[in-house]
Amino acid sequence: MLVHTALGRAEQIARHWAAAGCPVVIHVDKNVPRKTRETFVAGLSDLRDVYFCARYRCEWGTWGIVAASQSASEKMLAQFPDVRHVYLASGSCLPLRPVQELIDYLDQRPRTDFIESATTSDVPWTVGGLDEERFTMRFPVSWKKNRFLFDKFVQIQRRFKIKRKMPNGLVPHMGSQWWCLSRQTLSAILQDPDRPTYDSFFREVWIPDESYFQTLARQYSTKIESRSLTLSKFDFQGKPHIFYDDHLQLLRRSDCFVARKIWPYANVLYDAFLTDAEGAMKKTEPNPGKIDRIFSKAVERRTRGRSGLYMQSRFPNEDWENGVTAAPYSMFQGFAELFEDFEVWLGKATGARVHGHLFAKDKVQYAEGQNAINGALADSALLRDYNNRAFLTNLIWNTRGERQCFQFGPEDNQEINWRIAKDPNAQISVITGAWAVPLFRSNLDFGDIRARAAKLQKIESEHMDVLRSPYTKARVRIWTMADFIEAPMEPLQGILDEIGRTKLRRLSEAPKMVDLAGFGQFLQNLKNQGMHPYLMGDFPAERTMEPVQKPPRKPYLVQ
Amino acid sequence: MNRTEDIRADDLLLFCTQRNERIRLPYFLEYYREMGVGHFFFVDNDSNDGSLDYLADQPDVSVWSAKASYKRARFGVDWLNWLQMKYAHGHWALTVDPDEFLVYPFCDTRPLRALTDWLDASSIKSFSAMLLDMYPKGRLDEQPYQAGQNPIEIASWFDSGNYTISRNHLFTNLWIQGGPRARVFFPDEPAKAPALNKVPLVKWDKRYTYVSSTHMLLPRGLNQVYDEWGGEKASGVLLHAKFLDTFGAKAEEELERSEHYAASVEYKAYADRLKDDPQLWCKWSERYISWRQLEILGLMSKGNWA
Repeated sequence: MLVHTALGRAEQIARHWAAAGCPVVIHVDKNVPRKTRETFVAGLSDLRDVYFCARYRCEWGTWGIVAASQSASEKMLAQFPDVRHVYLASGSCLPLRPVQELIDYLDQRPRTDFIESATTSDVPWTVGGLDEERFTMRFPVSWKKNRFLFDKFVQIQRRFKIKRKMPNGLVPHMGSQWWCLSRQTLSAILQDPDRPTYDSFFREVWIPDESYFQTLARQYSTKIESRSLTLSKFDFQGKPHIFYDDHLQLLRRSDCFVARKIWPYANVLYDAFLTDAEGAMKKTEPNPGKIDRIFSKAVERRTRGRSGLYMQSRFPNEDWENGVTAAPYSMFQGFAELFEDFEVWLGKATGARVHGHLFAKDKVQYAEGQNAINGALADSALLRDYNNRAFLTNLIWNTRGERQCFQFGPEDNQEINWRIAKDPNAQISVITGAWAVPLFRSNLDFGDIRARAAKLQKIESEHMDVLRSPYTKARVRIWTMADFIEAPMEPLQGILDEIGRTKLRRLSEAPKMVDLAGFGQFLQNLKNQGMHPYLMGDFPAERTMEPVQKPPRKPYLVQ
Repeated sequence: MNRTEDIRADDLLLFCTQRNERIRLPYFLEYYREMGVGHFFFVDNDSNDGSLDYLADQPDVSVWSAKASYKRARFGVDWLNWLQMKYAHGHWALTVDPDEFLVYPFCDTRPLRALTDWLDASSIKSFSAMLLDMYPKGRLDEQPYQAGQNPIEIASWFDSGNYTISRNHLFTNLWIQGGPRARVFFPDEPAKAPALNKVPLVKWDKRYTYVSSTHMLLPRGLNQVYDEWGGEKASGVLLHAKFLDTFGAKAEEELERSEHYAASVEYKAYADRLKDDPQLWCKWSERYISWRQLEILGLMSKGNWA
């Protein structure tokens, strides 16, 4: 048992093993102050089968831990000739199942060595970007204490291709440092005539405690089970996760014999597991997968996070977001101008929340005229424009689970355009030139209309350049108004299908198009005044030249 | 009253400035004692409500009294920096106001030491906890606050999703604004809305210093409490129970003293907008349940602590 802190807990654990009839050899880190050590040793002096071995300085990733394990193992094998299996544990390891179960388990497998041992080429466990190089390079400085020099040494060795050869053609293996080896295998490793060669080689390997026994056991063992009996979960930096009181139910459902690391103040855990067979809790169905899931989720959260969330401890640089926004949404340009009650129709057809112009200059037009929305996001244009990106990402984050649709147009604040264009979650549908319809139906002086039309056309044209740029990642569909009104059903069906939650199997009711009689002439008038509207496509002026003979057009209706 | 000799090497320390907060102190002390704070440092700024005597009687409190200007001491930061330099070296130091209540992942099952031990093991030196303004439903003065009471019982509502963030390139910290104060006090001048980013928990070193309240620190590396590549670092929330029935009187007093940030702009905004109908609650307000709720809403994160 290797101990270096929380010696009170270590004493408890040592007593627990000893009470079950297991002799214990303890290695106390050389860094532990003399006084603390002496109190600890004296505290255990009443136990006959607890021994202490020669001490080494154990620093993470260095040879000291191997030396400590060797010294403790030698003492164990020499002092207790009856011992058949040696379990390497630490002071913060906690037996989860009664020790007798472990004894029985090992009795049934007298020749088996339990040591996680995988070849370096097959596993992705790398810290600091090193795998095979752990063995072929030398590591004279500490990674934890002097990262800069450590990296420099690695660079130099890479540069000059300095490589060491494995002694005696050993195949490097790695795995958890917590093993349980049989006397035969362990003594063969410790008594090998070549041990000085191996020791001096591994002394300069990086993290030898995860490779020394793992490699050498392969030389001697007749039966290796490549797994650790100790439950140990590692986070993305390769440091072990810690167990707390609230993990009690989780640990009860683990099928492992021993868990690490336990927080020293986790009183509930120590009380629950350090009891004799009578005091032990009744068994529960093992479900070790749950522990895996919880800890792999933690790694995922730390490395990838929740898409579309911007907060105090997650603020990704642009283009590194793993998703600009939290969920898909749809932006419509020109539809509300071309169809009467388009928003109501869209809401009915999709079940989505359909807003008006969210980026209108005077205020945010939320669905149903609300003055705020989920998350208390206000309708003030000033607050929105203060940080329009945050407005968009907040809106989509706050309403996740419900599809959002909104209208957009050249009259709106255009500053958000790039952000939306670069968002793969955005589904953008544009009918270009439809902004002319409200002008056509308005009661403004023609001079004003002409000026307005020129301005809107310029804005929309710039926006279309953005949407057609190679940087755009949104799903973009653009039709000219002329093309769209030729056959509106097909594009509408396509949009609804992509939103996906269409209530109607097939589109039976199309939205009602506004009366466009005279629109061609209106465009011609603009042209005659020198303002050429091109975004709406080709509208022959003649088509609506004789409105008197024709009855007003009926809305599109498909049976 | 200086009891700093009682401090043990691994004690968690709390630093706080206060002025006339007698009514809040009993619950404040209880809350943080329960969490595992070992020693409290108070700077009393010229109180006249008996709070100085009350603090001096507490066995785990050291209190200094400062008669000088709060504003000129950069809103108390200078006083606390001095105490921290002298006493906090090598300790985890929590710096909060009497109306701020720290919530961190698993705070209902794990003491603060579990968090600081984990931060130590992960080589993390500073921990972010954004300020979350809490308010009651109805008028602020409707439910009077009693000494010893949990203020979150009254001010149990908050805004969950209207915060804006930008980077402060000089100090590399994030600048967070929003919440009810931006929504109600500053709808016309959002830039003036108060900063909500805070880094209240730091493994203190005598070379460190808070720059402006607990919003940012030097050296700048301590402000890197956020991940820039899409991941989430662990973070907490400071529940800000400022908006109780006591707020109206406080606002009047502070307006007279003008000792607060940006010429007490916030108290002015209050006087302009809230005096007659002091309500912050709206239909979309969220009621506080637990830290897990805040984590799901995305206001804080467990990071890789599990």
